[in-house]
Amino acid sequence: MARVELEAVGKRYPNGFEAVHAFDIDIADGEFIVLVGPSGCGKSTTLRMVAGLETISSGALRIDGRRVNDLPPKARDVAMVFQSYALYPHMTVFENMAFGLRLQKLPVAEIEARVRSVAERLGIEGLLDRKPKEMSGGQRQRVAMGRAIVRRPRVFLFDEPLSNLDAKLRLQMRVEISRLHESLGATSLYVTHDQVEAMTLADRIVLMKDGFVQQIGAPLELYARPVNTFVATFVGSPSMNLLPGMVQGDRVVGAGFSLPLPAGVAATAGQAVLAGVRPEHLRRAEGAGALTGAVDVVEPMGNESFVHCVAGEHRVVARWPGFVAPARGEAVALEADPAHVHLFDAATQARL
Amino acid sequence: MSGPRDAEPKPPVRWGTHLFLASFAVVTLFPVLWVVKMAFRPEQTFATGLNPLPTVFSLDNFRDLFAAPHFWQQMLNSVIVAAVTTAAGVFLACTAAYAFSRFRFPGRRAGLMAFLVTQMFPGTMMMIPLYHVLDQLGLLDHLAGLVLVYSTTAIPFCVFQLKGYFDTIPRDLEESALMDGASQFTIFWRIILPLSRPAIAVTALFSFMTAWNEYILAATFMSDEASYTLPVQLQQYVGDYTTEWGHFAAGALLVSAPVMALFFLLQRHLVGGLTAGGVKG
Ligand SMILES: Nc1ncnc2c1ncn2[C@@H]1O[C@H](COP(=O)(O)OP(=O)(O)OP(=O)(O)O)[C@@H](O)[C@H]1O
Ligand SMILES: [Mg+2]
Repeated sequence: MARVELEAVGKRYPNGFEAVHAFDIDIADGEFIVLVGPSGCGKSTTLRMVAGLETISSGALRIDGRRVNDLPPKARDVAMVFQSYALYPHMTVFENMAFGLRLQKLPVAEIEARVRSVAERLGIEGLLDRKPKEMSGGQRQRVAMGRAIVRRPRVFLFDEPLSNLDAKLRLQMRVEISRLHESLGATSLYVTHDQVEAMTLADRIVLMKDGFVQQIGAPLELYARPVNTFVATFVGSPSMNLLPGMVQGDRVVGAGFSLPLPAGVAATAGQAVLAGVRPEHLRRAEGAGALTGAVDVVEPMGNESFVHCVAGEHRVVARWPGFVAPARGEAVALEADPAHVHLFDAATQARL
Repeated sequence: MSGPRDAEPKPPVRWGTHLFLASFAVVTLFPVLWVVKMAFRPEQTFATGLNPLPTVFSLDNFRDLFAAPHFWQQMLNSVIVAAVTTAAGVFLACTAAYAFSRFRFPGRRAGLMAFLVTQMFPGTMMMIPLYHVLDQLGLLDHLAGLVLVYSTTAIPFCVFQLKGYFDTIPRDLEESALMDGASQFTIFWRIILPLSRPAIAVTALFSFMTAWNEYILAATFMSDEASYTLPVQLQQYVGDYTTEWGHFAAGALLVSAPVMALFFLLQRHLVGGLTAGGVKG
């Protein structure tokens, strides 16, 4: 297994477009890194540069201390699971999984043993004679994983491996990937659109936007201390409420609301800020509360509801625990603990 | 195709369709049957009468053909020319088409354009320049000359055909193989070619037919009877004053037999959908 270092790695496509800007990360041996971000932010590009499928325009990529910028994929000893699975259509599952091993000229008996043991582990030992077109999406996905695992690479790369599965299967595979990572302990880079996948699988999450890394950190760190409004609204569902206001004494005051300032925040009186509160940190106030709004939409989720309120010119979402939620049109007063209020500079959008 | 099952058309429409198709089948088959009839009739006159079905079965015409002075030599010529053209055509077209499909290199667009443009001129227009070229090369009356000419006419079309097919093979498959440690050649040989069987079959068939059926160029470039190909020999039976229709028809059947055989042989490869199931998304 391996340590992977990206030092100011950048990508400029031949048409001049800069898809990735100075990406820096030091990935420890066995670490599971998840890349998230909106579509087109450069996740796949980054992954493909590590794979060797895309040239690196600037910076250095090192695997176990060795610079591999100019090595072809096969010399990097990296395996990749594609979103499309990319199974060889004319080969059986066995042949698909054995393809890489055969190219390494391993003894036939060893290939056979390795493929069988991985197939067993993934529960596809009964499918070894099938062709890809004779399998379901979930089965193909497993084969694609198996083909990567069987090679015992130093680094695993996944580009949205679960995005073609239905919700239930996705959840199942997510748990399985987690378990596999637990037992293989392989250094992994995983690209996804799915926040839940990111939060549950990652040792550390890398959140990107427009080719720039926004924040790198443990899932809870991104959740608890987002470095800017982009990270704040990207992580967590429903998104964090952001309310424009001004610092006044120990409170942030804006049109129709007044929230307590979090402790130790570097803000000066009169500074224009954005106050952020997650829906799950807004609760019904006993008295006047921090803001009062009229209930607009209620989304019942079973054990909780998301209540959308209109408060003056702002819209806020609050999580309502339990089975009872206010009715549409009802006026509700909401408040939040200062510890759960985030403050961002209105101009730079950076955390204060 | 709307709905799970298309509704059956109403009987009058259905009968009308059948009648229409049947009449086309008759129009298409009638001359063919006539040729068959003439081939098996032990005379050299043109078959007359409406009945296109053979009434007698005689192998005299075939026997005469087989006994003709250069027949077997000419048959061999045809086979060699067609086989070598096919082999060279398929090999060169595959490699060229793959390069055009996957690599970006200077002259790529110009090359594709040139291939397209050459397809716009009829082969006969090139006859005199080609004659001159072969003469310079000393390849007149040589089978190699014919192979050269046929290959160069067939390859541009084949390259286009194959490039179009290669373009439809997802790049993910190649990248996946690259990650698995395959070289460019391994990818071409073990992934691309096996997946392109239908297109290669069409290409092979086309090259074969180009060479096997061609008459005008062969008749121009070959003057020695021993180096004729079968179509050229066939034409000899149609004289200025008399035509040996029986021999001509028997020869025509012999010439078309291998093409048909090849068609049936390749038929099962001519189905699409080979890449089904490989990628999703
Ligand atoms: N070959 C290319 N040439 C030029 N620009 C490209 C090329 N490939 C990708 N891009 C651009 O680079 C940017 C990043 O692309 P990338 O595929 O890495 O995004 P992504 O984060 O993986 O998006 P998604 O979530 O939609 O998969 C996009 O704006 C894309 O348009
Ligand atoms: Mg992508």
